[in-house]
Amino acid sequence: MKPVLEVANLRVSFASGTRAVRGISLAVQRGETHCLVGESGCGKSVSSLAIMNLLARGATRSADILRFHDTDLLKLTERQMAQLRGDKLAMIFQEPMTSLNPAYTIGSQMAEALTRHRRISRAKALDRAAELLERVGITAPGMRLAQYPHQLSGGLRQRVMIAMALMCDPELLIADEPTTALDVTVQAQILRLLQTLQRELGLALLLITHDLGIVARMAQRVSVMYAGEVVESASAEALFARPTHPYTRGLLECIPIPGASRRDAPLGSIPGVVPRIGPDFKGCGFRDRCAHAAPICAEMAPLQHAAPNHDYLCRLPPDWPEAAAA
Amino acid sequence: MSAAIEVRGLRRVFRGRTGMFGGERVVRAVDGIGFSLAAGDVLGIVGESGCGKSTLGRVIMGLLPPSEGEVLVDGKRLDTLDRRSRARLIQPVFQDPFSSLNPRHTIEQIVGLPLAAQGDVTGRQRRERVMEMLSRVGLSAEMASRMPAQLSGGQRQRVAIARALVLRPRIVVCDEPTSALDVSVQAQILNLLAELRRELGLTYLFISHNLAVVEHIATEVAVMYLGRFVEQAPVDDLFRAPQHPYTRALLASVLTPEPGLGIPDVGLGESYPDPANIPPGCRFHPRCPIAEARCQTESPEGRRPGGRLVECLLVDGQAVSDPVRVPA
Ligand SMILES: Nc1ncnc2c1ncn2[C@@H]1O[C@H](COP(=O)(O)OP(=O)(O)OP(=O)(O)O)[C@@H](O)[C@H]1O
Ligand SMILES: Nc1ncnc2c1ncn2[C@@H]1O[C@H](COP(=O)(O)OP(=O)(O)OP(=O)(O)O)[C@@H](O)[C@H]1O
Ligand code: SF4
Ligand code: SF4
Ligand SMILES: [Mg+2]
Ligand SMILES: [Mg+2]
Repeated sequence: MKPVLEVANLRVSFASGTRAVRGISLAVQRGETHCLVGESGCGKSVSSLAIMNLLARGATRSADILRFHDTDLLKLTERQMAQLRGDKLAMIFQEPMTSLNPAYTIGSQMAEALTRHRRISRAKALDRAAELLERVGITAPGMRLAQYPHQLSGGLRQRVMIAMALMCDPELLIADEPTTALDVTVQAQILRLLQTLQRELGLALLLITHDLGIVARMAQRVSVMYAGEVVESASAEALFARPTHPYTRGLLECIPIPGASRRDAPLGSIPGVVPRIGPDFKGCGFRDRCAHAAPICAEMAPLQHAAPNHDYLCRLPPDWPEAAAA
Repeated sequence: MSAAIEVRGLRRVFRGRTGMFGGERVVRAVDGIGFSLAAGDVLGIVGESGCGKSTLGRVIMGLLPPSEGEVLVDGKRLDTLDRRSRARLIQPVFQDPFSSLNPRHTIEQIVGLPLAAQGDVTGRQRRERVMEMLSRVGLSAEMASRMPAQLSGGQRQRVAIARALVLRPRIVVCDEPTSALDVSVQAQILNLLAELRRELGLTYLFISHNLAVVEHIATEVAVMYLGRFVEQAPVDDLFRAPQHPYTRALLASVLTPEPGLGIPDVGLGESYPDPANIPPGCRFHPRCPIAEARCQTESPEGRRPGGRLVECLLVDGQAVSDPVRVPA
């Protein structure tokens, strides 16, 4: 089946010389959730902005393939892209405050999201907005529509963003940390709503999150990013059952679980920081923090298969965890 | 021994228009909250989005005036103090390390600002204390001359912590200090907060949606629903034997990293609460899976069955018969 979104060898660099995204590839199928995870600063948001063609001035993007259904996004003019954005191709941004305009009411911003793309009256658009606010668990939607962003709590703003992205029934939704400001009961409701839309309308979801609980419960496929590259890609079951890249293994080890972690011990974390990746960088981006680094890692990290549809970027053989344990 | 912080009968209402049809709307965001903490305690505050946690934090810090009630730190009423003395007692750390630091100031200026506002330290003393604080939070001296944009999210949150601690306050109010950070950086920040608490004898109010994080850092946990604490208990009791039906729903909604289990539905239904329209009787009754008829009229406010605060009519202080499964 043809994917809704197909990305091959996507690269982004900034004027400062930073190589933020270094050749990532991924695909999202109809009705599927593809999760993108990875350490802060590894390039998740920049990748999604590159797909939407919303990168900051001075940033350059290139790709071998960047396709939405049959449309080659690399060939679209900005006007054509603007028509797709917020319509069939929607995005929820990581920082709700930067994408809500403080000077307009919630209602006028939500209605605009629909009237920009459809011939529909403002009153009808407001009805649709109220209906979606209810679906994301906001009561008294009529009152909320008349409020300004600063009058809402963090979680209410985040839910407004989610409802706004759904105004035009998108086919692909890119959601960048959509539930970080929500409590777990509301989070569960939002995630169930997204799953319903996937079942009913075939919504394809590219979900960026650092919550591995969400990944486990939502994803069919997972791509783990580190320093601008996808270092491991697998089905959700395979990734949790057999994490193979040393970074993925470290990541899974630092998940705190209520009722199961030891309170007196410090929480697990991977020591060290992500390196700055300039134009001349080569070798494995994780080597400064990797317990298995060898001299060859400063030169290259090969793409290997742990199993069919399970790839990782590292010199170690697929069975190294067992070998290390033995 | 006097409490490090004591909060009595705190209320805060917001007034505004109702939708398109006028009429006054009164949101009772904080609706009668009291607690007290000893020095070194960490009160984790969890609860539904929009239930009033941030408002409570802001009222406690004096950033918003209360509609009723008072806050005492070391026995002194905060509202009787001027801003400078208040700043020496209580300091905030906010969620968003991106917008809470002035982008045009250097890290040294940012961390030094609370000291400068006190007015009684020389430039040299200020520099010394800033440098000491930066090293305390694990930032190198070389960072002092940088701008916020040149730091990662985790480093910025360390700066925010350094700024909050530079005056050596008694109380630090953290409003979702790690929710913008990934798991690994989050762990570094939590370990740092725990270490600073031990060394400096700080008392924290720690607002978070992440129950694992709260369990790790808190000594005491309050569960907030529609403006009130509906349950409060020492951390182990709360996580091991949650009593209030809302607390139990919350714990049952945690997504553990187990593929294939799907998203749980804990039966709270879709009738979300409106803080301008608080239900009579028990404020949780329209969503409570075990509500009885009397829950619609009888108020459970202030109940302490078995000595701990549980605002539920049906909890009698005996061990609960069907404790929720705490994910293993
Ligand atoms: N406008 C910009 N100019 C220069 N560098 C940038 C810009 N935006 C992002 N970067 C850099 O690109 C890299 C990737 O950033 P990105 O925002 O994609 O990270 P992320 O994976 O989304 O992290 P987080 O989990 O913290 O949101 C970082 O090193 C960041 O500093
Ligand atoms: N300035 C304001 N004007 C009007 N209403 C407000 C204002 N600030 C907050 N509120 C309302 O008070 C209630 C509580 O908001 P608050 O920000 O305290 O919630 P919260 O528990 O911190 O939520 P979240 O978890 O989503 O951050 C909400 O209904 C909110 O809309
Ligand atoms: S390539 Fe080398 S440094 Fe990189 S993850 Fe593998 S072993 Fe570690
Ligand atoms: S008092 Fe009744 S409605 Fe309220 S929490 Fe207890 S059982 Fe549920
Ligand atoms: Mg991001
Ligand atoms: Mg809040």
